[in-house]
Amino acid sequence: MSSEASAAQAADRMAGVEPVPGVPKPDPILKATGVRRTFGGLTAVDVEHLEVQRGTITALIGPNGAGKSTLFNLLTGFDRVDAGEWSFEGRRLNGLGGHRVARQGMVRTFQLTKALTRLTVLDNMLLAAPGQVGERFLGALYPPAWRRQEAVQRERAMDLLRRFKLDAKKDDLAGSLSGGQRKLLEMARSLMVNPSMVMLDEPMAGVNPALVQSLLGHITALRDEGMTVLFVEHDMDVIMGISDWIVVLAQGQVIAEGRPEDIRSDERVIDAYLGTQHDEPGRGGEAARDAEEEA
Amino acid sequence: MDFWNIISTSLTTAIGPVAAIYVLAAIGLNMHFGYTGLLNFGQVGFMLVGAYGVAVGVGTFGLSLWVALLLSVACATVLALLLGIPTLRLRADYLAISTIALAEALRLLYRADFARPLTGGVYGKQSLAAGFIAANPIPSGRYGVAGVEFSANQLWTMLVAWALVAVALVLTWALMHSPWGRVIKGIREDEDAVRSLGKDVFVYKMQSLVLGGVLGGVAGAMLAIHQQNITPDQFMPQVTFYLWAMLLLGGAARTFGAVLGPMVLWFLLTAFDETLRSLLTIGALPFLEGGDIGALRHAFVGLALVLLIVYRPQGLIGNRKEMLVNVK
Repeated sequence: MSSEASAAQAADRMAGVEPVPGVPKPDPILKATGVRRTFGGLTAVDVEHLEVQRGTITALIGPNGAGKSTLFNLLTGFDRVDAGEWSFEGRRLNGLGGHRVARQGMVRTFQLTKALTRLTVLDNMLLAAPGQVGERFLGALYPPAWRRQEAVQRERAMDLLRRFKLDAKKDDLAGSLSGGQRKLLEMARSLMVNPSMVMLDEPMAGVNPALVQSLLGHITALRDEGMTVLFVEHDMDVIMGISDWIVVLAQGQVIAEGRPEDIRSDERVIDAYLGTQHDEPGRGGEAARDAEEEA
Repeated sequence: MDFWNIISTSLTTAIGPVAAIYVLAAIGLNMHFGYTGLLNFGQVGFMLVGAYGVAVGVGTFGLSLWVALLLSVACATVLALLLGIPTLRLRADYLAISTIALAEALRLLYRADFARPLTGGVYGKQSLAAGFIAANPIPSGRYGVAGVEFSANQLWTMLVAWALVAVALVLTWALMHSPWGRVIKGIREDEDAVRSLGKDVFVYKMQSLVLGGVLGGVAGAMLAIHQQNITPDQFMPQVTFYLWAMLLLGGAARTFGAVLGPMVLWFLLTAFDETLRSLLTIGALPFLEGGDIGALRHAFVGLALVLLIVYRPQGLIGNRKEMLVNVK
């Protein structure tokens, strides 16, 4: 499917959805209700209700310390909630560890890129392939049991590497790649898992501007292939350019959601980013603390 | 000073049964640290329970040696599970603290008074290798060339110990060149990344801990067989640190690093001891006494480690490119 067609289709799906926080979507792939996480006295995340529409690119934005990364960690099983429940493709994910969530088809990347630096680029890719016989302890000791599977995965990995223009680097250590290439590798690697939903935590952070366009192209390509994308980002141009839907988080709560044009003119959003709250005493300390946590 | 004597004695140690036993334990440590990134500072604890598997099995219950060996493996497995279940879900440092503490606690437990009926307490257990010696197919006599000589029993122990080393090497090589090994190395790099790709990191770390621990346990069992008797105070924490020095010297995360390191370090240690000793006998070192050699030996290992980390951080056969990839 072409990018325009899939963008139009995504817009179509969202037609008639009211731009209010917690609004139900026609065909949600991810649903979260009452998800809360506190660190000591600080409530980092307190999301009453959130749904993510299948087959769209949804952006999660908010000022520093709004709880975006924490929400990501909670939804993907990398942190424990204090309360609430959420489901993916209709299956409850509460209490599942990160690896189980990934196996359900919801794969995440990290704000600080986690390339496996002392493995080659190709090994990074192959590692991500699901259901490998040779990954079991006893299976590993009998190569004929996994050679064929390995060859198939190698083909698939090389196809993906070609698509992300990393095929020439396949035998290099991942640690020798540039920051932008590592982001590409991480995205390519997550596709090896065959996800139906990709969660990208600041995919553009620290990427050289020349690569941003190419990364954007890759993200829209995911939607064109029918995947759902939820991503955290700070760059407003990027967000407004490619998102079908935007969710705004401030102080752990969803304060607004809607199409890019709804968000651009939303007063609460402008308030959250630039508004009066920043002048309140004590607010700075909290923001700094959250920034530290995100780092 | 007899240089050839120093060299031949050192060579004898470098290929002797004790070196083979250390190689076996170092291969286990390599599995933990070199490949999986687990900080095990208590490899000596695995050696201890392995040695006492034989000591208690043969010495206390009069089991056959082969059954006692199974007991050693079982004890090492249980120790790995005991260590792993509470700590492997936590950050890496928790395992490090637990291993060093538990290894020392085990030594104190095995030497305690109340444990004497079972373990022999501080006196340990004696005459453990009758069955092993009886199975020796090598006719008695001395074997070797030019001062590097072994008795038939030593040769038999060596043969078995180095055969076990060969098995352990083939096993780790095969594992590390399989998809299983890829996951293990991925965990060493970043376990969250591996988890995000749908792998159950805890299970893999546990498998690695058990496998490396069992190799340590088998090394301990071979030590009991080689010495024919065992006391708890042979399993002081410094054994672990010798193993670390050996592994880093050889080159971590290299199949033969764990073989080369112990052999080279045993060679150097013996050469150091023998040189000092012969200098003492000709009165060239009037400020030293015989008892000082042991202390100087520790200082020597420390110095060797410092030099190694400064000049060759990847070890003798490590991969410098791989080593430096994270140091940009």
